[in-house]
Amino acid sequence: MTTQTTKETREAATVPPPGAAPANKVPQGHRRLLTRRDRLALGLMAGLPTILHIALVWVTALASVALAFTTWDGIGFDSIKWVGLENFKQLFNDNPQFWPAVQHNVVWFVVLIVIPTPLGLFLAVQLDKRIRFSRVYQTAFFLPVVLSMAVIGFVWQLVYNPDTGLINSLIGANEPGKYIDWIGDPDLNLWAILVAASWRHTGYMMILYLAGLKGVDPSLREASALDGANEWQTFKNVIFPTLRPTNTVVLVVTIIEALRAFDLVFVFNKGAQGTELLSILVTNNIIGESSRIGYGSAIAVVLLLISLVVIIPYLIATFRKERRA
Amino acid sequence: MQHLSPSGLSLPSPSRRTLLRGIGGAAVLGAGIPLLSACGGSGTASDPKTVTLGSKASDAVPKKAFADIYAAYKKKSGITVDVNTKDSNTFQEQINSYLQGTPDDVFTWFAGYRMQFFAAKGLATPIDDVWKTIGGNFPEAMHKLSKGEDGKYYFVPLYSYPWAVFYRKSVFQEKGYEVPTKWDDFVALCKQMKKDGIVPIAFGDKDAWPALGTFDQINFRQNGYDFHVELMAGKASWTDAKVRKVFDLWTEILPYHQEGSMGRTWQDAAQTLASKKAGMYLLGTFVAQQFTDKAALEDLDFFAFPEIDPAYGQDTVEAPTDGFMMSKSPKNKTEAVKLLEYLGTTEAEDIYLKSDPSVVHAATGADTSSYTALQKKAYEMIAGAKSLTQFMDRDSRPDFTSTVMQPALQKFIRDPKGVDGLLSSIERQKKTIFASG
Repeated sequence: MTTQTTKETREAATVPPPGAAPANKVPQGHRRLLTRRDRLALGLMAGLPTILHIALVWVTALASVALAFTTWDGIGFDSIKWVGLENFKQLFNDNPQFWPAVQHNVVWFVVLIVIPTPLGLFLAVQLDKRIRFSRVYQTAFFLPVVLSMAVIGFVWQLVYNPDTGLINSLIGANEPGKYIDWIGDPDLNLWAILVAASWRHTGYMMILYLAGLKGVDPSLREASALDGANEWQTFKNVIFPTLRPTNTVVLVVTIIEALRAFDLVFVFNKGAQGTELLSILVTNNIIGESSRIGYGSAIAVVLLLISLVVIIPYLIATFRKERRA
Repeated sequence: MQHLSPSGLSLPSPSRRTLLRGIGGAAVLGAGIPLLSACGGSGTASDPKTVTLGSKASDAVPKKAFADIYAAYKKKSGITVDVNTKDSNTFQEQINSYLQGTPDDVFTWFAGYRMQFFAAKGLATPIDDVWKTIGGNFPEAMHKLSKGEDGKYYFVPLYSYPWAVFYRKSVFQEKGYEVPTKWDDFVALCKQMKKDGIVPIAFGDKDAWPALGTFDQINFRQNGYDFHVELMAGKASWTDAKVRKVFDLWTEILPYHQEGSMGRTWQDAAQTLASKKAGMYLLGTFVAQQFTDKAALEDLDFFAFPEIDPAYGQDTVEAPTDGFMMSKSPKNKTEAVKLLEYLGTTEAEDIYLKSDPSVVHAATGADTSSYTALQKKAYEMIAGAKSLTQFMDRDSRPDFTSTVMQPALQKFIRDPKGVDGLLSSIERQKKTIFASG
């Protein structure tokens, strides 16, 4: 309805003499502009994606929120039983893996933001100076980003394998008595995996910052050099503040990386002792022969809520900025 | 994007409303899907000369072995078996939706609780008439394994493989070790091996399931087959003193297990037995696959897990069994029944075993002349068993074993002192899972 009226008014505006044309000609022109076929095509072009989007994104998301309050083994819809907050109660009180998983997701984020992000920035600043072979370094650091997380998991398993891996073979820690179990020891394995995750994240951050640095106006550098600032002062007071938009992107990307962390751990040790993650708990409960879809959905809802707590303030801030601009 | 925040995710009160709408949507969706699947299931008329069969045998060796059976059946009866092979992990993960959608007439599956679970959900057809024909081919223990909770038959077994303690004959000879039959002898042997600088028990629990096997063995030796069944079916309590006793016994031998087990796969653990660094290894007969050196393979032997309580002796054998089931509404039921009758013959089993020597016949009176020494011993062990168990994840709800037991046992292995808290946690989680239907 609303689209029709706007079209009519727009059309009316384009028709030069408003009084000259007979009143019944306007709808005719309208018909000529958009034949039935056109309307059908437009309807399909706009409608199909909308339906698909609603069905595959919104209905499924809301259905999983709804399922979080039920128990369901995935067999027949009559076995869905409403249990209220029972799943969440069990999750918070009885599941020995839940709180470690939340904690590990947080640790994941903190480590990514504290170690590989500054490292990526550092590398980007060095490469931005157009040192010799900078292309080669750039490629070398960026290479892990091209690999899929699953492949990275396999590669690092070769390094960490406690019996035949690179580290234990080099330092002789694969013998009884001085055994180091990089993959199985809950005090070690999360950190071992985070090294692998950081290895990839550094390259990712480097590219983002490199792009940001390319956008810095060279005259700023020149001006600060003229003012007698040294390299560190220039970076701290001039360059870094101009990287503000990049920093926002980096923050969001890192949060998303921490929340969606899954594939690397799944390949590494399936989220066993010490490496539990929310995404892995969801998968373990939902995929399988007799799945606990309600319970798995409850975990997914927790993950969704955590994501929203982080993403919504970002969106609000972004929209506010756009409105101002 | 802008759609996102007003839809209520940031505001508390509309979110409840959207939630309810979502539930309505889910209900509409829910009403639609079974109708669709029902249409697909019975609509198409089928070829009377074809039986469809869903198979999880995606590895080369079993795939060919199965294909040989179907080829022989076609020669014999003129019926084509139309095989639909899926990757075995995918098949297992999707079994649920597969059986509810448009399943093949016959499908490959596991004996035990996992079979009973789908039978109880009405996703399989009882095949008592098939068993009237094939019943005589199988020992009593296999009959027991093939029945659902309602006492009807749902399963045709094809092959089994027992779990036992594997060792190298040459190592035992050289060091003068004797095969232990009692628990105390077993513990003494572990001590001796440790003194001799050998890892007494090879162990790798990275994939989290091998530890389930150790629990099973100690449990049915200590508490008997019936308790094992009750515990696995969620009826007995995990805080029972009987279960606690199992963990006490396990704690006794835990120091003799290979260090760093949680970072090691069973394949790597098998290598330590192959290289004679470890003295013993509790696993299924498939451990032999890791012995690529022929001399080493001939040197491999096994013994049944030692007796703990003389009342139960060594009468229970853990022997996971694979076979076939019929889906809930097969398109070609008459021929599916005939195919299952054929699959339950020793002839079909002989054909299978010819191409896959890592397992043994489920039927009695099969041709064992081509068996290796290991196979012969495994076959005798199964044939002589009073009761057969499946593996923990086949004797119990798989969602319980994978989400509760696997992490719990890994925790125990790491910290055997925390067993009381662990057992009450298992019991709490078990109650909710088994209550959910």
